[in-house]
Amino acid sequence: MRWQREATGTRVRLRRLAATAILLITGCNRHQSALAPFGAEADDTLSLTIVLASGAAVIALGVVLLVWNASRAREHALSESGGLRLVLWAGAIFPTVVLTVLLLFALPAMRPLPESDADLRIQVEGEQFWWRVRYAPPGAAPLMAANEVRVPVGRTVVFELTATDVIHSFWIPGLAGKMDMIPGRTNQLVVRATKPGTFRGVCTEFCGLSHALMAFDVIAMEPAAFDAWLAEARRTERASSGRGAQAFDRRGCGACHAIAGTPHHAVIGPDLTHYSERLTLGAGILEPTVANTAAFIRDPSAFKPGARMPAYAAMPQAEAEAIARYLKGAP
Amino acid sequence: MSLHEQDDPELRRAQEERLRAVWDSPKGLFLKWTDTNNDAVGAWYTLTAFGFMLFAGVLGLLMRAQLAVPDNDLVEPGTFNQLFTLHGSMMMFLFAVPMFEAVSIVLLPQLLGARDLPFPRLSAFGYWSFLLGGVFVSGSIFFDVAPDGGWFMYPPLTTRTDLSGLGADIWMLGLSFIEVSSVAAAVELIVGVLKCRPPGMRLNLMPLYAWYILVVAVMILFAFPPLIAGDVLFEMERLLDWPFFDAARGGDPLLWQHLFWIFGHPEVYIVFLPSIALFAMLVPTFSQRHLLGYPWIVLAAVGTAFLSFGLWVHHMFTTGLPKISLAFFSAASEAVAIPTAVQIFVFIATMWAGRVIWSTPMLYAAGSLAIFVIGGLTGVMVAVAPFDWQAHDTYFIVAHLHYVMIGGTLMPLFAGLYYYWPLITGKKLSDRLGRIAFWLLFVGANVTFFPMHLSGLEGMPRRVFTYPAELGIDGLNLASSIGAYIFAAGAALICIDLALSPRRALAERNPWNAGTLEWLAHPQDEHWGIRSIPLVESRYPIWDQQDFMRKVDEGRYFLPDAEEGRRETIVTTVLDARPIAVIRLGTPSWKPMMTAFALGGVFILTTYHLYWLALLSGIATLAMVLWWLWTGTAEIPEKESKPIGHGMEMPLYLSGSSAPGWWAMFITMMADATAFSGLVFGYYFFWTKHEDFPPPELASAPGVFWPMVALAVGLAAWLLTVAARECNAKGRIGTARGLLVAGIAASMISGLAGIAGPWTTGMEPTLHSYPAIVWTLAIWTSVHAAIAVIMLGYALARSLAGKMTPRYDADLRNVTVYMHFLALTTVVTYATIGLFPELA
Repeated sequence: MRWQREATGTRVRLRRLAATAILLITGCNRHQSALAPFGAEADDTLSLTIVLASGAAVIALGVVLLVWNASRAREHALSESGGLRLVLWAGAIFPTVVLTVLLLFALPAMRPLPESDADLRIQVEGEQFWWRVRYAPPGAAPLMAANEVRVPVGRTVVFELTATDVIHSFWIPGLAGKMDMIPGRTNQLVVRATKPGTFRGVCTEFCGLSHALMAFDVIAMEPAAFDAWLAEARRTERASSGRGAQAFDRRGCGACHAIAGTPHHAVIGPDLTHYSERLTLGAGILEPTVANTAAFIRDPSAFKPGARMPAYAAMPQAEAEAIARYLKGAP
Repeated sequence: MSLHEQDDPELRRAQEERLRAVWDSPKGLFLKWTDTNNDAVGAWYTLTAFGFMLFAGVLGLLMRAQLAVPDNDLVEPGTFNQLFTLHGSMMMFLFAVPMFEAVSIVLLPQLLGARDLPFPRLSAFGYWSFLLGGVFVSGSIFFDVAPDGGWFMYPPLTTRTDLSGLGADIWMLGLSFIEVSSVAAAVELIVGVLKCRPPGMRLNLMPLYAWYILVVAVMILFAFPPLIAGDVLFEMERLLDWPFFDAARGGDPLLWQHLFWIFGHPEVYIVFLPSIALFAMLVPTFSQRHLLGYPWIVLAAVGTAFLSFGLWVHHMFTTGLPKISLAFFSAASEAVAIPTAVQIFVFIATMWAGRVIWSTPMLYAAGSLAIFVIGGLTGVMVAVAPFDWQAHDTYFIVAHLHYVMIGGTLMPLFAGLYYYWPLITGKKLSDRLGRIAFWLLFVGANVTFFPMHLSGLEGMPRRVFTYPAELGIDGLNLASSIGAYIFAAGAALICIDLALSPRRALAERNPWNAGTLEWLAHPQDEHWGIRSIPLVESRYPIWDQQDFMRKVDEGRYFLPDAEEGRRETIVTTVLDARPIAVIRLGTPSWKPMMTAFALGGVFILTTYHLYWLALLSGIATLAMVLWWLWTGTAEIPEKESKPIGHGMEMPLYLSGSSAPGWWAMFITMMADATAFSGLVFGYYFFWTKHEDFPPPELASAPGVFWPMVALAVGLAAWLLTVAARECNAKGRIGTARGLLVAGIAASMISGLAGIAGPWTTGMEPTLHSYPAIVWTLAIWTSVHAAIAVIMLGYALARSLAGKMTPRYDADLRNVTVYMHFLALTTVVTYATIGLFPELA
């Protein structure tokens, strides 16, 4: 029993009300928030959160009132045996019952969504400080990407998570809880998006200097649109001629980066084949304009301390912009 | 001497003169630092821990300044990482744990009506280690080399020398040094509670603070060693490239996480229970009645301690462990709320049944309880695994842990500060300033940390040096930053109150009208601890025993004199506190300080890879320890026994299981065995993780032969020691000495044979986790065999020097305890490395 799946209309409405109230109080982040879910797991967890938080609030208030009352009671208002009864009932039996109920209530929510071999697998590998993404649809060729994850709405997706250098953690708050990416291990996270939109995920395990700058875009798409995108993306090939492409080549960018359709297949840095589609630059930190891209190329550490990419400070601005335009798919 | 004698004021004055002279502190600019009396050492310890707390607090304020607005660049990312790492590490290792030990060193003898703790020089050693290690770790930030891997130091980020620098070594070695001093203090406190209670104070009459100290010190004993084992593996990887945590060579980063959290979770209760202990002292005082439900709260404290060792995996809910283990640890984590609730309701019931006086300490207690309850309830929330998957490593956890730490450690300490200040200094702190400070702290804490619950759920991860404006969490963060400075204002006001204290007038004695022993203390400073050691018949003797204070003051109880000019206290039995001996205590000395500095040298020089100097420092440490022991322990008294009053005659020498020294050895070895089991856990952890462990191509080493030789000869060394003890006791001194020589030889051979296994089979520890862990176990056991050689040699030398005789044989009995544990270690190590590969 996934306990919230068959929720009644009233319950859902109440929950939405509570979530909206929280969002109104605290700002309007619907982008990277466990309080604004767009996935089945996060949805369930939000319901659980509301139950837990309300329960906690009631109990906290109760204890404070009891302390207040106890401190104002006249002497001997409570007898020795009465006091022991209070300790027994309020201190031992009440929490035991509440916690047992809570455990029974929460255990089913620990069960992962059912998955099968027919589900789309997305392998994500955390690196300092970006994300290597590989789509492995059942029965079709894989697709390499980076720093962006697209998921089809309504379908089960299995994330296979690992890391090469240090421990990272993969968290898309609106979609599901987080899962660590640990060198030498592969962890699985099963999710199902429930509504389309553009969201954001972040690294939540401290992973070094630019841990704070390790995010990614998440795009939940209608299934048909997703299928079309995947097919198209797999066919994408970029020209290897033109000023930008030549500069890319000459500067040795291909030693680390791959671009489909060109001789560059290196896997050290992010795959740049689909850079022109990306919503952000540098793993979720900058708008991918030509100017920003060129500036990033010339000095990545200025934007992302500790980034592995070397600086190209001596590269003329015009050349950097040419590469940027090439990556952006501009003429 | 009879009661009649004590009626004579002249006699009493003469006794007081003698006591005062014996317990007088050394004077002089340098000499005063050689003091070992618990009131001096405890005060330095407390003040130092308080200083580290303020320093770590300032680091927190810097972080809040950086995070006040989005995309801020006030603090460099690298510096920010050092700030949060040091803030967390210092608050835990340099404030919360040492503060508990410091306060206990001050209070425990008073609470137990003892003149001092059983090993005053050990307290001093612990303090100097703490000071040196603490300055070393915290000072690193001024050189921009502070640890920057988070207080949990997860490898591989922290073990890969290309990704982390000196800071990781400073953390690991500096804090290992402090862990050693924490364990030393724990040994001292446990023996103090068990052996130095006043006559008549059976376990069930013990003040609750002493109960909590006992529980917490035992927790330290079992919680710190796994971390020390982890530190050993960690530094082996960093300094020697032995791949314990490197997945590419058969290691696993999760091993560190297990070892760290087996320490790290009990740690939370280690710093929380002492605060409950302070409540347990002041709530009865300000309810003007006995604590209601004494057995309940004792059982709850013990229960919390037990459960706290079964929860560590809740820090690892997102590491992809099997769901069934998550369910188990979820349940255990929730269960710990039950004994916690029992403790809270014991206080509520006591207040309800009594007449509550709203003093300043009581205000702090109530306020911290309110904060703690919120932290405890969010703790139950994160114990629910699915919720934790969202909340883990976000600001929700930052909020949760600060509610727990502020409500469960910091504010209760302030309550204790206002409560016990008159006991320590004879003067009360200002009620007015105290109350204003309380409200600043209370409001500040809530304004800082409540919004973090929301910023966390709205997607703000922990340990980020900035966050983008688009997240819409800037309002919450600004509130948190403002709150932090309100909180800091409260802390500053308390500091001002403390600074003004010397100008204030002395308070009356026992100003809160409390019922427990410690309030016998005089406002005028007397270093002797207690005038005469009372016979205790109640949990609240000042309230319940007639004329109690006067009788104590007039020396009408035990040991009212110091005829031989020695510092002394009474030793009693563990359960029912029957007096069994008078022991002579260590006097002021340079040795503890110098030993601490020599040992510190080992850790600090290793940090800078100065191995030869570190080795020299190690030899100096050993020499200091031997000198200290030789000149200061197991001294043969000038007479068999002495009278302690009321016609009782007490021996002046104890040996075997009734002696404090035997208990200290036994307890230390429990900690040692726990650290060892952490290493053994590592071996079997690798086995569970790999399909093939040992890997088939490496499994032929270290073979069966050498490990079995080491095992057999090691057991022989143990039997020889036991035989030596028996022969010595029966007066066959020559045979005993011969057996000791044989024991030395056997220990030496066992240690060498242990190394010969991996050595002769050419095991290369950098190749794979298997040879690395085999080498580690073999080295650990061989080093212990080498220590056995030194110890047996020491006992032999004592015998030859006439300092150990058949009657006075404490040295040999203590060495035998060591050998029992060494035998266990030997069997486990060599059975594991020699026989397990045959089975696996």
